[in-house]
Amino acid sequence: MRKKVKTFRPTAFAFPYLTVTIVFVIVPLLLILVYAFRGADGSFTLNHFKDVFGKGYFSKIIDTVGIAAVSTVICLLIAYPVAFILASSPFNKMAIFALLFIIPMWINFMLRIFALNSLLGIIGIKEGYMAAVIGMVYDFFPYMLLPIYTVLLNMDKSYLEASKDLGANSFKTFTKITLPLSLPGVISGISMMFMPIFSSYAITDTMGGAETSVIGANIATLFDGNADNYGLGSALSFVLLLIVLVVVFLSTSLSGRSAKVKKVGKVS
Amino acid sequence: MKKSSVVSLALKWTILIIVMLAIYLPLAVIIIYSFSSAKSVGGNFGNLTLSLYSKLFEDAELLDATKNTLLIGLVSSVLATLLGTTAAIGIHYMRRKSRAIVDASSQITIVNTEIVTAMGFYSLMLFLRDTLQLPVNFSMFYLIIAHTVISTPYVILTVSPRLKQLNPNLLEASMDLGASPMRSLITVMLPQLAGAMISGFALAFTLSLDDFVITHVNSYSVGIGTISTYVYTKMKHNIPNQIRALSTIIFTVVLIVLVIYNIVKNKKAKQQSLH
Repeated sequence: MRKKVKTFRPTAFAFPYLTVTIVFVIVPLLLILVYAFRGADGSFTLNHFKDVFGKGYFSKIIDTVGIAAVSTVICLLIAYPVAFILASSPFNKMAIFALLFIIPMWINFMLRIFALNSLLGIIGIKEGYMAAVIGMVYDFFPYMLLPIYTVLLNMDKSYLEASKDLGANSFKTFTKITLPLSLPGVISGISMMFMPIFSSYAITDTMGGAETSVIGANIATLFDGNADNYGLGSALSFVLLLIVLVVVFLSTSLSGRSAKVKKVGKVS
Repeated sequence: MKKSSVVSLALKWTILIIVMLAIYLPLAVIIIYSFSSAKSVGGNFGNLTLSLYSKLFEDAELLDATKNTLLIGLVSSVLATLLGTTAAIGIHYMRRKSRAIVDASSQITIVNTEIVTAMGFYSLMLFLRDTLQLPVNFSMFYLIIAHTVISTPYVILTVSPRLKQLNPNLLEASMDLGASPMRSLITVMLPQLAGAMISGFALAFTLSLDDFVITHVNSYSVGIGTISTYVYTKMKHNIPNQIRALSTIIFTVVLIVLVIYNIVKNKKAKQQSLH
């Protein structure tokens, strides 16, 4: 009799992908780590990190956190009401209508920046901090809107009815039910915008004028074929990695807490 | 209808229309000025003309950038779809511990900021070329690899949920009836994954078309341009007017593709709800 394959476990299918990940994702990160702590003579050094703090790069990072925070907050303040309206009746029955707000996501972002920059030129907003912030908000708007809209649309509407039946007005219903339940969408929207802004030097270089920039631009120029700056660029990348880790930790613990709130809410 | 609800509905419409205008006005201005002889967008409109469209097809650098964008996008998303689908199948059958490790490693490029990922690719190439003295260099091929690497995790994210929904009995039945595991996988499982694979491919393709940072960092030493890097470089100096014509074409194509896609999707959903 032929042997029967009882447990079929084609885990080997993941091996090509794993190899690619190790070679092109893990090894490069390790290289950055090594170069960040390696002096010109190949010995261990902390000089590159001294330069990060000494040569004004740290204030650039703070500036980047600033412009990222300002843009993300403005974008959230616009996207939340829009998502809220689109997820409420009668708009929640017009899926194509919501699509219109998200379509720009599929248009090349550099072309959108070009279009926006042209319009700002017409209405007389000059290159500078404000133009760069408008650029960020415009560019990331669909990415902020989509997760919030999805969460609000799929929210269990019986909570809202219960709240109203129990006598809460619509403001109280919003702050006690809708807002906490939509928090995971808000967090995912923020995380799709906040960190990517660190790399958005395409926007600040073209719209921000001379005085506005993000740290991504510094890293890109430090690596620009100049081996001397290589360690400094790696050290900066390393600092960014740490910031990413902090942001990821914060957002997962925040959404973890809101998931707990949800569970508790269901029990009571 | 109560008076207050009329007011709130009017307010809702006003907000939506203002935001919609803010989104589409820049695009509309470019589309309108793509048919003009104006020297700059917003300037004196001049004559109604198609000259920018004919100029577009004479601009070798821009055509080259478009060709590169499409080539890198298509090849990398085909590769990402293959790599991501096989990876999703492999991960699906892993034990919990190893699955958690692989899942976490696939998240690295998603959560990491792009500039660091881009610098990673750059460092790797310098390491291979200068330290290990291998005969490799930045090239179209390397850009394709980089794009594949960043979009594969998104394909995994699209295919994995579908795998979890599949009925495992179908695969077992196929093997019980004597088909080899490989054949069962290809004839039973893959057709059920086709939809998710197409979505994954579309996502990978969009990601690749939209990429700027990774392409910019890993191409400026060899001068391979995509639409993103072309527009970026030109915007810093003086942007040629035919970019308006290219923008108009791209806006229109995206709009048509998305509307058709959604009409087809809605029809399918309706058919399914009828059954």
